[in-house]
Parts: sequence; structure tokens; C-alpha cells
Amino acid sequence: MSSAVRVSGLAKRYGEVRAVDGIDLEIERGEVFALLGPNGAGKSTTVEILEGHRRRDAGRVEVLGHDPGRATRQWRARLGIVAQTTREAPELTVREMVRHFAGYYPRPRDPDEVIEAVGLTDKTRTRLAGLSGGQRRRVDVALGIVGDPELLFLDEPTTGFDPEARRAFWELIRGLAHDGTTIVLTTHYMEEAEVLADRVAVIAGGRILAVDTPRELGGRATEVAEVSWLEPAEGRRTLRAASPTQVVAELAERFGGEVPGLTVARPTLEDVYLRMIGETQ
Amino acid sequence: MTAVMSRPPGAVRIGLRRGLLELRLYFREREAVVFTFLMPVMLLSIFGAIFQGELGDTGVDYRQYFTAGMIASGMMSVTFVGLGVAIATERDDGTLKRLYGTPMPRSSYFIGKTLLALTLSLLETAVLFAIGATLYGVEPPADPGRWFTLGWVFVLGVAACSLLGIAMSSLPRTGRSAPAVLNLPFLALQFTSGVFVLFDSLPGWLQQVAAIFPLKWMCQGLRSALLPDTMLAMEPAGAWEHGRIALILGGWCAAGLVLCVLTFRWKGRQDG
Repeated sequence: MSSAVRVSGLAKRYGEVRAVDGIDLEIERGEVFALLGPNGAGKSTTVEILEGHRRRDAGRVEVLGHDPGRATRQWRARLGIVAQTTREAPELTVREMVRHFAGYYPRPRDPDEVIEAVGLTDKTRTRLAGLSGGQRRRVDVALGIVGDPELLFLDEPTTGFDPEARRAFWELIRGLAHDGTTIVLTTHYMEEAEVLADRVAVIAGGRILAVDTPRELGGRATEVAEVSWLEPAEGRRTLRAASPTQVVAELAERFGGEVPGLTVARPTLEDVYLRMIGETQ
Repeated sequence: MTAVMSRPPGAVRIGLRRGLLELRLYFREREAVVFTFLMPVMLLSIFGAIFQGELGDTGVDYRQYFTAGMIASGMMSVTFVGLGVAIATERDDGTLKRLYGTPMPRSSYFIGKTLLALTLSLLETAVLFAIGATLYGVEPPADPGRWFTLGWVFVLGVAACSLLGIAMSSLPRTGRSAPAVLNLPFLALQFTSGVFVLFDSLPGWLQQVAAIFPLKWMCQGLRSALLPDTMLAMEPAGAWEHGRIALILGGWCAAGLVLCVLTFRWKGRQDG
């Protein structure tokens, strides 16, 4: 089966600014792919070009086998787009809105089922104006998936969520991924990328710095670990160790059992990400 | 079976569903109802209570003249101002961008707006006429010819104002500034096109400026359908000028359509 997204040499400039400066990307079908990067890195521009919202200046782009610059209805019917904030139609109910959007698609999912999937069953008859920010975002997702898309774009989907809502949302996305939906996600939350994504790409200055699994990005898995413990009378001591297990074993022997305040840490995704972004500035 | 199922729904059907949705949304949003639908009703009632008296010896009362003008004005309010503000807001709040990302046919959006504009204009006309008839003695068109005039002036007027409203919706920088941008020309035209003030009593140069725009011709067309021919004594041209009305309103329809095609954007300005 072909890739869901295939991009080579993509470029886009706004006046003198090179927003996207030569991006190559390949996203497999069924994959959850996260784009990470600071504001203005070129994430949104890249995604909007893939969605057919924006024209590119150069490069080859194929999304579900078609050029998004020549979008057709049939092609759009295979995509789901959850863009950033909307404040539309405050006086329609959740059900009216989702049912209406279902009517745009050739093979929509059952609207009530979709409302249930995003956890809004008890808000079915509530007008959009009466929903909280997080609930409103779930409606956005419902509208994005009601057409039963093969490929779903999620642009910072959980901004403004409380931790509980965010976890519930992640479950929903994992369910969609499990059913075979390809998902392209942009986010500022490293934890979100770590939980959801099969692979992440780090973008800065319109270029891709690295593409890897969240576990291995920037050599995370093989990176030197930090062993830290509380030395009596001295306070906290930290040691960078290539073989941390050995260090811990030696400590355990020295303390004759439990090591006070022991932690062993490898760099988090956020550490690796910030280091990569820092190097470009 | 699957082949039939997988064909996307037709543009007209989606457009009709959009029209019904838009109507439902319109009447649930109180601001829109108050500012575009009820404002003309209010003005007709207030001005009718303040001013009255026969115009020359035409046998026509100012309030009847005013009713005809207010009906034209009401059409322009729900189409030009109503559509213009609504679309500018939809562009600003991401509604248009979201629709653009779905397989909804682009024409369905405009079919929906057409349905909204026609329904609201018909309702507005009916309500204003009912007030004019009960309070100020305005009579329905006296013969089939006048009904026909009412019909084509309505269709051309609503079409021209709708298209111009859609075109103007690209002008405001944000949804919030849209009511000001659209109401300014509307208000100016109401004073100079023979709605509040008798057209015949305006200075000649002002008459000529107003005659460039559609509202003057809509008012004149409606007077020709609703008022007796004795009114002609106080029409500057001394005739109803049906040919010219049709030509100018038709011209604005064409110009509005071209402007819409050239300027319509699915994204806001900040969106590039």
C-alpha cells in the first residue's frame, strides 16, 4: 500500500520569510505522526499545504495519492481536518451541527455514534455556546471524523484542556489510530507526542531537524543517564553514567541496601526537543 | 448499491439543507434579528408616528410613501447588511475555512445564502407591508401589472443587494468591524434614495449621486407597484421609468456577481 503523505522539496515563502524551506516527509498509512516545533517553525504552513488550504511555491506533495493543490470533492471526502479554534454557529446544538456536517460526506459515520465517541452524549441537545472550551474542541473533533476519514489532521487538539480531558482525548485518538486512521498531529505538548505518536518530526526554521520514534529521537535511548542520590551530610549528588545499573549496584553496596533519594533518568523527549531547537538559534 | 451510496450528495440538496440550517441559526441569534430584521420595522413605526400629511395633491400620505421606501430598505437590510455582516463574521471566526476543508460543494454555500436572503426578504416585505396596510392605509398592488412590477423589482433588488453584500463582506478587516462598514453606506443611501426623505425634495446633485446606487431604483419601483399614478406628479422624472429601473438593478447584479467572483475569500486576513 502506498504512503498516506509523501512530500519532497516542499517550500513556501511569505515575502522575504522562508516559512517552509525544503521539507521531505513520508507518512505511512495507519501511522500516527506528530510534528513538533516552536511557533513560526513552519508546522502550520506545512499542514495547511497538505490539507489543500494553502498553495506551495515548490516541491512535490502527494496526500492519499493526490496533489492537494488540485483538491477535488472526492479527495476532500477522504480527509478529516481539525484546525485551530473556531467560534462558529453558537446557537446550534451539538447534534444539529454533527448531523449537518455528516450530510457533506458520501459515507458518513452515524452522528450519534460520533458524538458518543467524543464523549458528548449528555451534551447532545446543548447549544455550542453552552459548552466549555474542552467540550467545544470535542465537537471540532466530531466534525473532523464524522466523514469517516482515512487521514485525520489534528492541529494542537488539546490546547486548553484540563489533564483529565486530555487523557480522555488521547484515548479517543488511540481508538481511531487502532481502527486504521492515519493521523497527522501538531502539538506543543511533548507528553502528547510521546503517548500518541509512532514517529515525530521536529521542525524549526522551515526545515526538518529530525524524524524518529519518540523513544529514540535525538539518540534518547542510548544517551548517558543521570544517577542522582542524597549523600548524607553532603546533599544531592548527580553522576552522569554510561552504565547506570553498575553505578546503582555500587551505591546499594556502599549504603548496605536502600540508596537515599535515588533517581535514574534519561533525557525526556522535552529535553531532547529543547536541545535540538536551541541548537538552531 | 455501494456505488450509489458512495456518490457524494448533490450540491443543490446540500445547499437546501444549508439554507434551512442558516434560517434556524438566524432566528436563534437575537442580534441578527434585532439589527437587520426588526430595525426597519421599528423605523417604520417611529417615523410613521412622527410624520404624516398628504404629499402635494397626490392623494398619497407621507406614511404610504415611507412604507414603500421602507420595504425597499428592509430588503437591503436583510440582504446587503445581513449577508455582508454574517459572511464577514464567518470568515473571521473560521466557519468558512472549516467548510472549505470539507467536501461541501462551494456552490452549496451560496445556494444556502440565496435561500436565506430570499426567505428573509419575503418575510421582511410581508411584515412591513402589513404594518403599512393596517396603520397607514397602504393598499396591495391594484392590478396584475402592478403585482408583476412588485415581483421583478423584488427579485432584482434582492439579487443586487445580496451580491453586493457578499462582495462587501471582504472589506472589513475583522468580523467585529463588519456592522460599521456595511451600515455606513446603507444609512447614507437611506437618506438620499427616497426612504426617509422625499426624493423629489433632495438637491439635484444629491439625486444624481443617489441614482447611481440600487436603493433609489428599488424605492421607485416599489412606489410604482404600491402607490397610485397620481404620485407621478412628485416623481422628478415624471414617469416610473421601469426600463431604467430594470437596467440599473440588472447592471448592479452583474457588477456584484463579478465583484463576488473576484474578491470572495474562504480565509480571513490573518490567515494569509
